[in-house]
Amino acid sequence: MNEKPKIAIFKFTGCAGCQLEFLHLEEIFLDILELFDISYWVMVKRDNDETGWDISLVEGGISTPEEIEEIKQIRMKTKFLVAFGDCAIGGCIPSIRNWTPQLDAESQVYRDTSVIQSTKVFGIGEYVKVDAILKGCPAHRDTIVELLKSALLEIRPRLRQHPVCVECKFRDNACLITSKKMACMGPVTSAGCGAICPSLGRECEGCFGPMSNPNTSALASIFKDLGFNEKDIKRKFRKYAGMSPEFRKEAGH
Amino acid sequence: MGEINIDVNYLARVEGRGALHVRIAKDGKVKDLKFRIYEPPRFFESFLIGRRYDELMELTSRICGICPVAHQITALRAVENALGVEPSQQTKDLRKLLAISAHIQSNVLSMYFLSLPDLMGYESIIPMTKDHLHIVKRGLKLKKLGNDITDLIGGRAVHPVTAVVNGFTALPSKNKLQVTRKRLKEAKQDAYDTVDLFSEIEIPDFKRKCEHMAMSDPKEYAINRGRFKSTEGLNVDEMNYRNYISEEQKSYSTALHSHVKNRDSFMVGPLPRVNINFNQLSSDAKDATKRSGVKFPNFNPFISHLARAIELVHNIDESIEIIDRVPLKKERDEITCKSGFGAAITEAPRGSLYHSYELDNNGIVRKADIVPPTAHNALNVERDINEFVKNILDLPLDEITLKCEMLIRAYDPCISCSTH
Repeated sequence: MNEKPKIAIFKFTGCAGCQLEFLHLEEIFLDILELFDISYWVMVKRDNDETGWDISLVEGGISTPEEIEEIKQIRMKTKFLVAFGDCAIGGCIPSIRNWTPQLDAESQVYRDTSVIQSTKVFGIGEYVKVDAILKGCPAHRDTIVELLKSALLEIRPRLRQHPVCVECKFRDNACLITSKKMACMGPVTSAGCGAICPSLGRECEGCFGPMSNPNTSALASIFKDLGFNEKDIKRKFRKYAGMSPEFRKEAGH
Repeated sequence: MGEINIDVNYLARVEGRGALHVRIAKDGKVKDLKFRIYEPPRFFESFLIGRRYDELMELTSRICGICPVAHQITALRAVENALGVEPSQQTKDLRKLLAISAHIQSNVLSMYFLSLPDLMGYESIIPMTKDHLHIVKRGLKLKKLGNDITDLIGGRAVHPVTAVVNGFTALPSKNKLQVTRKRLKEAKQDAYDTVDLFSEIEIPDFKRKCEHMAMSDPKEYAINRGRFKSTEGLNVDEMNYRNYISEEQKSYSTALHSHVKNRDSFMVGPLPRVNINFNQLSSDAKDATKRSGVKFPNFNPFISHLARAIELVHNIDESIEIIDRVPLKKERDEITCKSGFGAAITEAPRGSLYHSYELDNNGIVRKADIVPPTAHNALNVERDINEFVKNILDLPLDEITLKCEMLIRAYDPCISCSTH
């Protein structure tokens, strides 16, 4: 490769936490600048090149008509489009509002809702073809590095599909469901974080979204046996990935 | 002189999506001025209704990826105020260490990555790596220090996980805290160098007397608790915030604009904090201020950068103090739900942040009210630019534009927060 691959980082409806996770690669930040040409990143640069990119990392969900147009434009100018974090994958926490009538949500915050252009929030895959997803809220910086390395080597990135439970086993954690009767989302949640929460005495809340082919109804019935009511269980699934096909049934109507 | 139109459609080097539009008539009068925040709102205050009290720290963390810790601690304290829970001294100490680590990270990001390129004549920090590698490396090192402490106490740098109502789910190890202590000691010189850098670098000469506001506590440099005080005599208990501060919707902005009731806009952030709480800074931070030659209270918003650097010195000192006194004993009391209203204000890196919740008997949220620092500042940014732009009309348009952007970046706006 003669020229450095061009990277763009975009923000849509979200919190910028995934961009921050990129910025938190302090130790290799200078190496990244050696290997890649970050040509578009408004949070960091004032001169931004909009002609086109090899890799676009898109953070945030899509929640306005303008954002729909923008993501389509970005797709056309991008070779490899990445849904960067849970918001870009399926709306993440802001998608909890999708269960509320849009006007009710708006009038809770704004006196004059006529100037608010928002729609329900969806992942970017709802509108354009996505080439890779980096799961997590935030996406884990190791997966960012894995993706960038794979891009340089022109190979498929190794991104995880198995549940958090596997990472708990690697870390020798006692199961929080069986030993502490906690409502842990680990059995249905994608790995990638290194089982942060269960290792620190807290149940997994599911911030990496669904694993591949999870058995959600079995977990929901375990939660019921532990004494959690229907509303508690709904809240569990209607959080980071309530809109996903995997969690949709348990997330309720 | 003809008419001047300043249009920045997507402000760079700030978090989130905002724009600036200024129309100046031939006679030099500002005809129209809009700090237009067009970040799509996420309606947190709507979808938090129906959620449980113990989820609020985790959910509101997602308001902001730069200052998640501030949202977590504010939510936790508001819930504790609603439930009538008073956490232990150890919990307060660890929360302060967590909050300070986030201040270090965020303020270093603002100083080195977002604003320094303007002051040194670069488009971003990326080309600075060629000419000023040691400065870039210092910024990266300091930012990493902040992140690593958040990681150690909270379990993760962005959206940490261990802080919960009335305690922590896990405590850091003594050994790791001692390693951190050593790194903090070593970082002190970098913090002094940061103060030097920002006291020597040229900033626009501009002053506008306006009301500055910050949390304040006679016993410590207030971050997580205190009374909400202003340079115009306001002295408010956090639970009564809404009696004093109002919000207004502007048709061109998805962020509501705050003002003091029956008064005007106000400023929150590092400069108001240093102005109001100078006496509570560590002695080394005070000495560093003296050496900088800049006097406080100060009403030049561009001095905010120096205020961040001074706070960096203080933050390192206070982190070491906390590490030296925190006992790290296991403690976690059960809590019982009850209905009630709770409000809390803390100092996020960018300034005062307000959360309040009404809970029902089962601890379910019935009403939520959140006002982030950039919503507090939005109107004041417009007032500042209105004054500032008149002084620089002799310059070419692209320089006027850059200078106005620099003023906005001095506030380090967090636009996603402001719309939430």
